[in-house]
Amino acid sequence: MANSPETLAAGRRETKQVIPVDEHIIEIVSDSGEGAQKAGQSFGAISAKMGNGVWTVEIIPAEIQPPPRTVQGASGIRIRIGSRKITNPGNEADLVIAFNEKVPYARIEQMAYKEGTVLLIESKWGEDESEEIRNSYVEAIQDFRERGYVVHEIPMEKECLRWVRNPKKGKNMWVLGLLCYLYDRSLERAEEQIRQIFRKKSDAIVESNLQLLQAGYEWALQQLDFRFDLPSIPSESEMVVMNGNEALSLGIMASGIEVCSMYPITPATSVTHHLAEAFERAGGLVHQAEDEIAAIGFAVGSSYAGKTAVTITSGPGIALKTEFIGLAVMAEVPLVIIDVQRGGPSTGLPTKVEQGDILAVLYGQPGDSPKIVLAPATIEECFHFVILARKLAETFRMPVFVLSDANLATGVQPYPRPKVNRDWFSGPIDQSPWKEKGRAFGWDEKTGLSKRPVPGQAGGMYTLTGLAHNEQGIVSYKPENNQYSSAMRSRKLATFGQTLKPPVINGDPEGDLLIVGWGSTLGTIDEAVEKARAMGAKVSSIHLRFLSPLEPGLKEIFSRFKQVMTVEINYSDRLEDPLITAENRRYSQLAWMLRAQTLTDVQCYSNVHGQPMSPGLILRQIQSALQIR
Amino acid sequence: MFGLKCDIALDLPEKYYLQHDYEKGVARWCPGCGDHAVLAAIQKLCKEYQLPPEKTVFVSGIGCSSRFPHYMNTYGFHGLHGRAFPVASGVRFRRPDLNIFVVTGDGDCCSIGAGAWVHAIRYNMKMVALLFDNGIYGLTKKQTSPTSRMGTVSNTHPTGSVLPPINPIQTTLGVSNVSFVAQTSDMNPAHLYATIKAGFEHPGFAFIRIMQRCPAFMQQQTDDWKTNKDQFVLLEHPKGISVDEAVADTFGLRVAHDPGALHSARELAEDTDKVYLGLFYQNKEALRYDLYGAHNLGYTYEQKEAALETELDRFAI
Repeated sequence: MANSPETLAAGRRETKQVIPVDEHIIEIVSDSGEGAQKAGQSFGAISAKMGNGVWTVEIIPAEIQPPPRTVQGASGIRIRIGSRKITNPGNEADLVIAFNEKVPYARIEQMAYKEGTVLLIESKWGEDESEEIRNSYVEAIQDFRERGYVVHEIPMEKECLRWVRNPKKGKNMWVLGLLCYLYDRSLERAEEQIRQIFRKKSDAIVESNLQLLQAGYEWALQQLDFRFDLPSIPSESEMVVMNGNEALSLGIMASGIEVCSMYPITPATSVTHHLAEAFERAGGLVHQAEDEIAAIGFAVGSSYAGKTAVTITSGPGIALKTEFIGLAVMAEVPLVIIDVQRGGPSTGLPTKVEQGDILAVLYGQPGDSPKIVLAPATIEECFHFVILARKLAETFRMPVFVLSDANLATGVQPYPRPKVNRDWFSGPIDQSPWKEKGRAFGWDEKTGLSKRPVPGQAGGMYTLTGLAHNEQGIVSYKPENNQYSSAMRSRKLATFGQTLKPPVINGDPEGDLLIVGWGSTLGTIDEAVEKARAMGAKVSSIHLRFLSPLEPGLKEIFSRFKQVMTVEINYSDRLEDPLITAENRRYSQLAWMLRAQTLTDVQCYSNVHGQPMSPGLILRQIQSALQIR
Repeated sequence: MFGLKCDIALDLPEKYYLQHDYEKGVARWCPGCGDHAVLAAIQKLCKEYQLPPEKTVFVSGIGCSSRFPHYMNTYGFHGLHGRAFPVASGVRFRRPDLNIFVVTGDGDCCSIGAGAWVHAIRYNMKMVALLFDNGIYGLTKKQTSPTSRMGTVSNTHPTGSVLPPINPIQTTLGVSNVSFVAQTSDMNPAHLYATIKAGFEHPGFAFIRIMQRCPAFMQQQTDDWKTNKDQFVLLEHPKGISVDEAVADTFGLRVAHDPGALHSARELAEDTDKVYLGLFYQNKEALRYDLYGAHNLGYTYEQKEAALETELDRFAI
């Protein structure tokens, strides 16, 4: 390699077909453990650094070590990059790199590919010792071509063998090199990236991976007769790039919370992987409890003693924590609960996305249990909403939920670097003498708000209890007292609701159809609505961040549209299903709430495929609702 | 004390506390209930150590004994059934300045809260854990408890309970990182007080099982204790719990036991014919999770800001 690849590339560029694109969806699919995600994340990071819009999402098998070369074992990553901001994983893939011929079928089942998708596939299986594998490969290649994919057979391992002894280990970086060539990525940035990801490994390993990167680039340069031109527009402001769980963990560090008490559960746990490493330097600690119940109990204890804590979990954990959630509501203990939702009920789809926990979170406790529920819609909001949640928890003296989901958890997106604000952090625990003589719950009748004594405050001594209690915190079963204290806890939500603004309408303020979404579907819905409007449809959308209390003005907004429809990733009956009527139909969760709250005939489209929704799918729902083609 | 930083403003009271300063309300336990004796012993301990009421927290679960915090004029946390230990651990984690007591019953600790109990022993965070063990469910009216003797007639086992009881001392001694295990009885106030005092001075998790009367639902057990006084055996050792010779003399049997000897402690615990009162085991050197919890308290805004900026740098593009 006497000439640098850049020089060579410059020389050959003219003889190649250069295809201009303004965005592309790339997938790398493999057996699990082959490093596809590492290659894809690196490619995403390099692209983000060059100023492209990026969204990456992992393709995760449910098992740790599924059998190799199987459809159910398909693992990998999707990277959507563009010359503008990218807010969702998009529709079908434009280019796929497959490490064997079986794994693409997992994605074909999920309708992730289309006619014209370019498929770069490892060719070694065509020469395998086993006749069965050879045949399987040949049949698959033929099938892929019949499906209209543009297939290129690539001798990935064979090429890698020229540089390393075990090509299975280094193939991913060779592929990264190939992708860098295809999309004209800066090799310098790619090298930086490799040094960063292998920073804890030996120099020999770093060198070998750098060699593979170069080799992949070089091979593509020599052998492929096409490449893509995808311009980047470097951002003027400083940016950071991370996934939703990393954003939550940084949000915790920034929020003034000092205790994170958790029990491992997919897909929430990775929040604490990052946090465990960094929190200690910021004066905080992660406590891994013995179970989900103990995790929230510990957090409640820590909050009671003066430092508002956070607990992080997913659906099954929420189910276990229910009793403590009720206690925190009843005894007015500030607490932040992060729920990274996954498919349910029960163990459900542990690694897959669902927005199925709103009703459980809102109504999961016996009795009336008012609490604040926030739903971040972007990676950036995952960061900022934790900070907001701690403040709200303390101001309103109640648990605050942050509902993320598996889609936000693993989605990677750049966003403006937060400007650290000292007000985010919490001050020392108040140890001044308690002035509300004898009133541990001195409710202000108008707002329901009260001040909270903390151990160490002289004169503030009270016994927190989950039993009904009066202003003094003394157990009371008197009918009028229970009515009053329940009203005070509920009134806090109305008080907070006064500070909220009606949601911003994306599109015209009136029309034929209003789409209502919440959580991780924001980018997807926006993109679908934009496309539908371009086709002439009178459709707008709103996206709710506050689910309890609900944002104000919804009924009035709904009244300006002929149809209102939620789009959610959770279960609802379909009207065309057997036995289902408009009367017995079970609606998706937000629709259920909105119908009850606004007395509007809110319809819904939802599914439980466990997949992020694509803009194309939502567009089809809009078309069908408005009966347009 | 260790780890006390600017986070916690010390406001030392100059007041001298009397026993009634720790009293609140009228305890609503049945007449003759062992809980009254423990309440008196604890209030006496608070006075002896002049514990500031605002720096003292009683955490309990659910059950008769878990009403305890309501009768103390200190901070209290009357939480959920079986969950006193996780709450108390959370209170302790970042508050080395507080005096923490856990009040739990045999159902609360050894049945619904058994998982949390085992881990609380292992965490070894400084607190006094008082197991009020009367061998029966009282608040819910006479159901078999995990420590009910086999054959106990109850509303859930009208012909007698069918399983051998759990032995809390044996269980506690079996958990790794155990650091203090003692047994006493509400019927011997001097021994009860001496045991609680030793637990309070222990640098770690002091587990004290209090054998208790329940005149309402477990009179048979009390009667048996009264008629077979010899089943109570006093454990004696210079490193153990010492009581007046006059109190020691009331025991028919006295045996020497070194609380440093874990194996013989376990052997004694397995002897179910006798009820040994005293210190089974103590290890002042066991690892303490509360010291870990308090090791990075009180960071300044500058430190927090710097740590956050460093993390943001890692994700910067």
